[in-house]
Amino acid sequence: MTESIIGRNLLAGPENDPAGDAGHGEHPPRVGFFTDTSVCIGCKACEVACKEWNAIPEDGIELSGMSYDNTQGLGASSWRHVAFIEQSKPVGHAHADVDHSDVDVLALAAQGSGTPPEEAAVTPTTPPEAGSEERGELRWLMSSDVCKHCTHAACLDVCPTGSLFRTEFGTVVVQEDICNGCGYCVPACPYGVIEQRPDDGRAFKCTMCYDRLGAGQEPACAKACPTESIQFGPLDELRERAEARVAQLHEAGVGDARLYGHDPEDGVGGDGAFFLLLDEPEVYGLPPDPVVTTRDLPDMWRHAGAAALTLLGGLAAVFAAHGRNDALKWRIRR
Amino acid sequence: MSDGAQGDGHGAGRNEADGNPAEARQAGSISDVTKEGQQGIRPSREALVGAQDLTGGERPGGNGAGADAGKRHGKGRHRRGRARGRKGEQTMVPEAEFTSYYGRPVLNQPAWQPLNIAGYFFLGGLAGAGSVLAAGAELSGRPVMARALKVTSTVSVAGSAAALIHDLGRPGRFANMLRVFKPTSPMSVGSWLLAAYAPASFVATLCDAGGKLPRIGRTATVGAALLGPAVASYTAVLAADTAVPGWHEGYRELPFVFVGSAATAASGMALAASPLAENGPARSAAVAGTALENAAMKAMERRLGLVAEVYREGRGGRWMRAAEALSLAGAAGAAVLGGRSRAAAGLSGLALVAASACTRLGVFHAGLESSKDPKYTVVPQRRRLQERERSQGGQRLSGTPER
Ligand code: SF4
Repeated sequence: MTESIIGRNLLAGPENDPAGDAGHGEHPPRVGFFTDTSVCIGCKACEVACKEWNAIPEDGIELSGMSYDNTQGLGASSWRHVAFIEQSKPVGHAHADVDHSDVDVLALAAQGSGTPPEEAAVTPTTPPEAGSEERGELRWLMSSDVCKHCTHAACLDVCPTGSLFRTEFGTVVVQEDICNGCGYCVPACPYGVIEQRPDDGRAFKCTMCYDRLGAGQEPACAKACPTESIQFGPLDELRERAEARVAQLHEAGVGDARLYGHDPEDGVGGDGAFFLLLDEPEVYGLPPDPVVTTRDLPDMWRHAGAAALTLLGGLAAVFAAHGRNDALKWRIRR
Repeated sequence: MSDGAQGDGHGAGRNEADGNPAEARQAGSISDVTKEGQQGIRPSREALVGAQDLTGGERPGGNGAGADAGKRHGKGRHRRGRARGRKGEQTMVPEAEFTSYYGRPVLNQPAWQPLNIAGYFFLGGLAGAGSVLAAGAELSGRPVMARALKVTSTVSVAGSAAALIHDLGRPGRFANMLRVFKPTSPMSVGSWLLAAYAPASFVATLCDAGGKLPRIGRTATVGAALLGPAVASYTAVLAADTAVPGWHEGYRELPFVFVGSAATAASGMALAASPLAENGPARSAAVAGTALENAAMKAMERRLGLVAEVYREGRGGRWMRAAEALSLAGAAGAAVLGGRSRAAAGLSGLALVAASACTRLGVFHAGLESSKDPKYTVVPQRRRLQERERSQGGQRLSGTPER
């Protein structure tokens, strides 16, 4: 890693072969996730599959009031997180403001199952509050978030023990038998992914199912996704597929479709897990222009070096100015 | 469709296009899931979401086409906040609109305990700058001051290592810090630095206290003095090498804030522990350290722009104001009275030590606050994107759709 600071800069910018540059000689192609949120139905099968396969403990059962999202974010015990965004905004040609006021839900309810209408808090026929503009105008954006397996992963760069490492698949994984819980990776991640488990102390995050990859299987979340919103495969292939998908959606009139994290020129050298979004990244809780913090590390060391020399030089100057104390003593005694 | 749907809501006015799955399903030509499993057409990842208006209604004013969809911002329940500078403050930063996911932070917060980590910064600075002062005092014939600072440096560095280990999620595994040497990890560099500095400081103290092995003692004293400034300044890189806006964006000035604060603390300690006859350099160092710390802090706030709020308001702001008041009072006391009254010198010294501790706590809390509020992550990044777009001639960059 020394050469990354002197000479070739491996800390930022486009990088074709992260696994090779991490020392893997012969290695399989870099794999990743392409999460196409336009077909996500918010079923959370990915969250469940991930918890089950990786034996992740429960991380608080609470009602957040954030639409159908009670997971709330990624963390030590949530490696997939489905975000729910409620907006009054159309997707392409599809309207968000469908008026259901003439649907006879009572008749539908009579057909069986479901909450009895008189017990339901809100039904499609619940009259809107007077003056409310939100009547019926609602669309959901749903997106399954995950560790981005950055090309330049800040969590890995700052890990002092070497617990976080780059796998032969180009992914980023924590070795739990080495992590000493210093917690440095947590504020280093520009996406708010990795976290320490309070009762355990160590840091945990998505491994892209390293065990399954080794056995030639796809990760549990991608396997479980019923709509192929989560697509797994060689990164190059996924990037091509994603470009085609965006073009397809634009042609269909969905002008808001855009890729996020696909660009090897971006602040983290491109994500191993990238997304197709239908609104700005920050709407989904993603940073609009993330940069790997270690990009600036050489400059940080330079400034710290200058500061250290300032301290040394400044204090030396102070002593030089005051001179030897014997002279002082002598003057006082006289 | 505020004008109300016609017909039965679901069926009326639907597009007549062939291949409309909803229509096909109603006509019974496909079924999705049967006892035999899934059948029929499943567009899956090819689904043309939003390609058709299944309700068929005309939307007053614009038909909801993608072209203007982006401009019509949702009144969704996600938080749409306004970021603004403090009232009455000069508005260097124009007001900014930003969107977030229910106001949730973009970043995860470190689980670091304020006392451990701010204490680690403070003790590292006190030790590092103290070693420089100790060497200077020894070489310039101020033995009392030299011995006192050697002792405080050794105690401080032991304390800072203890604070760091105490903060680990797995303290028993602290030795893993020395498992590798990684220049990309300031914590790794710091661990090795401490591993070299702490023994030097310890040996210097021991030889001085025991009055034996003067050669080795002198070498250790000088060695600790050369490593000390690095110990005092690397903690700034430790904080800045994160995604925390309040730390990272100030990475140029933060090391100067930290070494200034370190000089303030060590000179304060020297003032408190040395006789009047020896405290001349400590008084000058106190003034210089305070000046550097406060000037660097002002420069950092200017650079941080919007994010500088966290150093002026809230918990971070309170600690920073306390630090400023204490350091100015301490420096003034040291300069004016420190040469005449032992009591005044001692009091000024303690104020300076306290000021340094306040600075570290202030920086810690300000950073934490800046990582909690999505505004400090989103607004500067959004602006950066816009500026880049502008400089590239209006071309839209990643994260924004092509139009
Ligand atoms: S998203 Fe965060 S945790 Fe995942 S690889 Fe990147 S920096 Fe590490």
